[in-house]
Amino acid sequence: MTEFVAPEIDWLALAPLIVVLGAGVVGVLLEAFVPAKARRMTQIVLTLAALAGGLAFVVVLWPQIVAQPVQVVGGSVTLTPFALGAQGIIAALAFLGVLVVADRTATGQDSFAPTASAVPGTSYEDLARRSGLEQTEIYPLLLFATGGMMLFASTDDLIVMFIALEVLSLPLYVLCATARRRRLLSQEAAAKYFLLGAFASALFIFGVALIYGFAGTVRLLEIAMAMRQGGLPLEGMTGLLVAGVLLVTVGLLFKVGAVPFHAWTPDVYTGAPTPITGFMAACTKAAAVAALVEVLYRISIGLGGASPEALRQLQIVVVVVAVLTMVVGTAVGSVQTDVKRLLAYSSIAHAGFLLVGIAGFNLQAQSSTLFYLLAYGIATIGAFAVVTLVRERRVTAGSGEDNGPVADDGIVLGEATEIAQWAGLGRKAPWLTAAFALFLLSMAGIPLTAGFIAKFGAFTGAVSGGLWWLAVLGVLASVVAVAFYLRLLVVMVFQPAPADSGVEPVETTPGVEPVETTPVVEPVETGVSTTTTATMARAQVAAPQRVVVTVVRSRGPAALAIVVCAIATVILGVFPSPVLGLVEQASKFVP
Amino acid sequence: MNDVIGLAPWLVGFPLIGAAILLLGGKATDRWGHWLGVLASAASGVVGFILMFRMIGMPAEERSVDHHLWTWLSAGDLDVDLGIRLDPLSLTFVMLVTFVGTLIHVYSVAYMDHDPHRRRFFAYLNLFVAAMLTLVLADSYLLLFVGWEGVGLASYLLIGFWDTGRPAARENAVAAKKAFVMNRVGDMGLIAAMALLFANTGALDFATTLSDDGVGSLSQATATAVGLCLLLAACGKSAQFPLQAWLGDAMAGPTPVSALIHAATMVTAGVYLMVRSGPILEAAPTAQLVVVLVGAVTLLFGAVVGTAKDDIKKALAASTMSQIGYMMLAAGLGPAGYAFAIFHLLTHGFFKAGLFLGAGSVMHAMGDETDMRRYGGLSRFLPITWITMGLGWLAILGIPPFSGFWSKDGIIEAAFIPVDGQPWRAWVFGSVTVLGAAITAFYMTRLFFMTFGGRRPRWKDNRHPHEGSPLMWWPLVFLGVGSAALGAVLGIGGTFTTWLEPVVGHAEHHEPVLPVPVIMTVTILVVVLGALLAFRMYAVNVVPEEAPRGSVLTRAARRDLYQDAANETLVMRPALGLARVVEAGDREVVDRGWAALPQTVSWFGSVFRRAQSGYVRSYAAGMAGGVLVIAVVAWLVGGLGGAQ
Repeated sequence: MTEFVAPEIDWLALAPLIVVLGAGVVGVLLEAFVPAKARRMTQIVLTLAALAGGLAFVVVLWPQIVAQPVQVVGGSVTLTPFALGAQGIIAALAFLGVLVVADRTATGQDSFAPTASAVPGTSYEDLARRSGLEQTEIYPLLLFATGGMMLFASTDDLIVMFIALEVLSLPLYVLCATARRRRLLSQEAAAKYFLLGAFASALFIFGVALIYGFAGTVRLLEIAMAMRQGGLPLEGMTGLLVAGVLLVTVGLLFKVGAVPFHAWTPDVYTGAPTPITGFMAACTKAAAVAALVEVLYRISIGLGGASPEALRQLQIVVVVVAVLTMVVGTAVGSVQTDVKRLLAYSSIAHAGFLLVGIAGFNLQAQSSTLFYLLAYGIATIGAFAVVTLVRERRVTAGSGEDNGPVADDGIVLGEATEIAQWAGLGRKAPWLTAAFALFLLSMAGIPLTAGFIAKFGAFTGAVSGGLWWLAVLGVLASVVAVAFYLRLLVVMVFQPAPADSGVEPVETTPGVEPVETTPVVEPVETGVSTTTTATMARAQVAAPQRVVVTVVRSRGPAALAIVVCAIATVILGVFPSPVLGLVEQASKFVP
Repeated sequence: MNDVIGLAPWLVGFPLIGAAILLLGGKATDRWGHWLGVLASAASGVVGFILMFRMIGMPAEERSVDHHLWTWLSAGDLDVDLGIRLDPLSLTFVMLVTFVGTLIHVYSVAYMDHDPHRRRFFAYLNLFVAAMLTLVLADSYLLLFVGWEGVGLASYLLIGFWDTGRPAARENAVAAKKAFVMNRVGDMGLIAAMALLFANTGALDFATTLSDDGVGSLSQATATAVGLCLLLAACGKSAQFPLQAWLGDAMAGPTPVSALIHAATMVTAGVYLMVRSGPILEAAPTAQLVVVLVGAVTLLFGAVVGTAKDDIKKALAASTMSQIGYMMLAAGLGPAGYAFAIFHLLTHGFFKAGLFLGAGSVMHAMGDETDMRRYGGLSRFLPITWITMGLGWLAILGIPPFSGFWSKDGIIEAAFIPVDGQPWRAWVFGSVTVLGAAITAFYMTRLFFMTFGGRRPRWKDNRHPHEGSPLMWWPLVFLGVGSAALGAVLGIGGTFTTWLEPVVGHAEHHEPVLPVPVIMTVTILVVVLGALLAFRMYAVNVVPEEAPRGSVLTRAARRDLYQDAANETLVMRPALGLARVVEAGDREVVDRGWAALPQTVSWFGSVFRRAQSGYVRSYAAGMAGGVLVIAVVAWLVGGLGGAQ
C-alpha cells in the first residue's frame, strides 16, 4: 500500500490567485451575514482590498519569479514572469474597473438593477426599485471573474485553462445582464454572450481533445518538449496538432474579440452595464491575449523544431486574423453613431494591433504585448468611466434650462451614448472631456501617450518577425482609426451643443439602418419578450418633456479611476522606460 | 578664471529674465518695464566687465575656457552639452553687445517715449541681447544655432514692431517678413553645415570639430562644402551678396533697432561665424576664396548703393553692408585677416551705432523725416548730434587717428598680402578695398553734408529742430568718444591683435605687394579725394530738393542695383510657379486620393455592419464559417508548403 504523499505546494506562488478567489468566496458569505445597510460598503472594501492584495503579492513574487519561474500544483499554475506580469496587469485593471463599478454618482444610483432577477417592466421591479434594493453580489462576481482571468493567463495545462475560461466567463455572463436601465438590451446581451461563449468553449475543448489525441497530454510545455525530442506515437500527424491548436486558438480569439469571432462584442459592450463593459474590455482582453500568447508561443517552440511548415500555417492564420480584425474593426468603427459601440469596435481594432505584434512569433514582441495590454486597458477603463458620467436628463419643457443653470431640475436617465449627443461636451465639462480626449488619443496611438509606445512595440514585434508589410498595414489601419477617434473629439470640442432647445432623442443619420444601432429585438433564439425599453423610452419622450444631455458628478471612485488612468496614460507615454524595463524582464515563457 | 566663470551664464540670464518678465508681466510692468530692460542689459555688461578684467589677468594660453553647464540632449551618437566658451573672441563680442546694447537701451527710453508699446519693445531688445550673447558664447554649433535663430526672431519682431497703427505699417510687416525669409535661406546653410560636420566628425562642439583632429577628419571636398554652407549662413545673417536685399528694408524698424541689431551686432554674426570656423576655412582654400569674393562684391555693392540713397537710414544700411563686406573679406584671408576683421567689427560697432543713433536724433528733431534732401544746415540746431556724428564720419572714412583708420587700414594691408604666392589676388582684392574706401568717403561725406551742411535749410514747414533729452545725447557722446579713440587705444602696438591671438592664432608676417607706407598714403589720398568731391557736390553746391534723374548708374543704385527685381525674377517667380504646380498636385492628386480613402472605408464599414444583424444564429454561423476559413487557409498554406 502506497503511502499518501502530501504534495509540496508553493503557496506563496499561488497567493495572488488565492487572495482574489478567496475574497470572492468570503464575499458570497458576506451576502448572507452582513446586514443590508452595510453590505455594499463592506463588499467594495473587501473587493478593492483583495485586488490590491493580489497586486501586492505579484509585486512581492516578481523578483523571485524573474529569477526562477516555477510550476505549482503539478503545472496547473505555471508562473513565468510573463504570466505573473499578466496577473499583475489584470489585478491592477480590475482594481480600476471596480472603482468605476462602485461609483453611485450624484444620482445615488449605481449602474445595476435593484433586482436583476425581476422581469423588466413588472410591478416587482418597481417595488424593488422603490425599496432601494441593491445587487451587491456583483462584487463577488467581479472577484471570481478576475480570479479566473488571472488563472487563465498563468496556466500551462489546457484543461485548467478551460476551467479558468469558464470561471471567468460565467460571472461575466451574469454581470452583463444586470444593467439598471435598458434592461432588455442588457439581458439580451448576456444571452448572446452566453450562447456564443458556449459555442467558443466547445470549439476550445474540442481543440484540447485533438491535442490530447496527438500528444497524449494537455500540458503545453510537455507537448513542446516531446515534439522537440521526437518519439511521439503520432509523429507524422502534425495536422492533428495544428487542427487542435487552431481550435484552441479560435476559442481564445473569441475572448480576444478578433474577427471573425467578434460579432458578440458590439452587442454585448452596448448592452452590458457600462462599468462592466469597461472591466470586460480591459481585463478579459488582457487575460485572453496573455493566454493566447502563451499557447501560441509554447506550441511554436515545439513546432519550430519538429515541423516548420506547421508553424508557418499557424503564423499565417494569425496574420489573416490580424488583418481581418484590423480592417473590420477600423472600417466598421468609423461608421458608428454610438459611443459604446464605437469603443467596442475600437477594442476589436486593438485586438488586431495586438495580433500584429503576436504574429511575429518573436520573443521580445510577445512581452511587449503586456505593455500594450496595460496601455490599452487603462485607456479603456478610463473611457468607459467617462461614458458612465454623461447622462440624459429629462426635463419638463419650459422649465429651468432657459432661465438658469440646469442644476438639479429633472430626472437623470441612462447614459447618453449617441455620439451626436456629446456635442458641446467640451464646454459643459472641460476636464472630463480633456480626460476622454487623452484616452482617445492614447487609443489612437498619438505620441506622448501610452498608446503610442504600445503600438510602436507591437509593430516593432511584427517587423522583427519579418512581417514588415503587416506592420505597414497596421500603421495604415491606425491612421483610419485615428479618424474615428478624432471625429468623436471634434464632436465633443468643436461642435456646439445640439441647439439647447433640442428635441431629443437625436435621430440616427439617414441611411443608417436602425437595426444596428438598437439591436433590441431578438425574438426567437433568446426568447426575450418583444416589448422593448427603447420603444417605451421613445414614447415617454413624445410627451411635452425633452431630454437634455448632462454630466453627473462622480461620488469619487470613478473620478479617481479617471484621474489615475489619465495620469498613467501620460506617464507611460512620456516616461515609459521603467515599465518597459519590467516588461523586458517578463519575456520568459518557459520555466 | 574658474572662480568667476560661474557668473558667465548670467550674461545670458539677466536679459533673458528681463525679457521673460516684460513679456509675461504684461501691462503691470508698463510703468517701469523700460528701466528693467536697461538694468538687465547693464547687469549683463557688468558681468562681462568682471570676466574681461579677470581674463586680462590670465596668461594668454589659459584664456580659452569651455564651461560645461549640463547635458542638453543625447540622441544616438550625438551628445550635445550645453556649455559656454569664454575666450578673447567671445568676450570681445560680449563687451560690444552689452556696452553698445546698454547705451542703445538708454537711448531708447527717450526715443520710444511716446510709443504705447514701449515695454514690449524693451522685452524684444532684451530678448535680442540674450540671444546674441547665446550666439557668441555657445561652445557648440548647435547652441550657436539657437542664438542664431533667437537673434533672427528678435530682428523679425523689431523690424515689424510698428506693424499696426502707422501709415507704413504694411511696409514694416513686409520688411520683417522679407528679413525673416531671407535669413531662413542662410539658416539652411548652417543646418547643412552642421549635418556635414556631424556626419564626418560625429560632434558639433567647437572643441572637437575645430580641433586639428576634427578638421583633419574632413576631406578637402567636405571642408569646402562645410565652409560654403557656413558662408551661406553668414551671407544671410550679415546681408552679404547674394542675400543682401533684406537689410535696406529692415530700416523700417525703430532707429535704435537699426543701430543695435542691423549695424552694430547681429549683422556681424556672420563675420563671427567665419572667424570662429577659421580652422575649417583654412582647410578649404576654395571656400576661403569664395568668402573673399563675397566680401569684395558686397563691399563695392553696398558702397555704390550708398552713394545714391536719399533716405538717411538706407544710406547707412548700405554702408553697413559695405563695411561688413570689408570684414568678410578679411575673414577670408586667413589668420592674417581674422584679427582685423574682428577689430573692424568692434570699431564699426561703435561708430556705426553712433551714426545710426545720430540719424535717429536727427529724425527725432525733424518729425521722423528721413529724406536727406529735406535736411540741411542742421549743425546749428543739433550741435551735439553734429559733433558726434562728425566723429563717426571721420572714423568710417578711416582718417587717422580716428578708430576706423586702425582697423580698416589693417584690412587693406592684409588684402595686399599675396595668398599662396598668387600676387593677382593681392592686387585685385587690395585695389577693391582701396576703391571701396574712396566710395565710402564719397557717400559718407555726402550723407554728412546733406544733413548738417549747406547754408539754407531745406525743410519746409515751421519745424524747430532741437536736441532730444539727455537720455538721447549721452549715448551719442559715449559712442562718439568710442569712434574717436577706441581704434587708437586698441590699435597702437597691436594690443587687440595680441589679445585675439589665443583664438585666431599667430599670423606669420608676410610682405604686401606694395610697401605699407605707400598703401597707407594712397588710401588716405583717395579717401580725401572722395570726400572733397562729395563736399563740392553737396556742401558747396546747392542740393536740389527733388532728386535729379541722374545717370543710369545712379538710378540703378537708387534701386539697390535691381536686387529685388533680380530676386523676383530668378527666385521668387520660379518658386511661386513651382508652388502653384505642387499645390495643384496636392489638391488634385493627393487630396482626392485621401478623400477617396474615407469614402472607401465608410463604404466598407457599412457593408460589414450589415453582418451585425443582432441575431445570435448568424453570429454563430459567422464563427463556424470563420473556423472553416481558417482551416482552409491553414490547409492551403500547408499544401503550398508541401507538407503532409
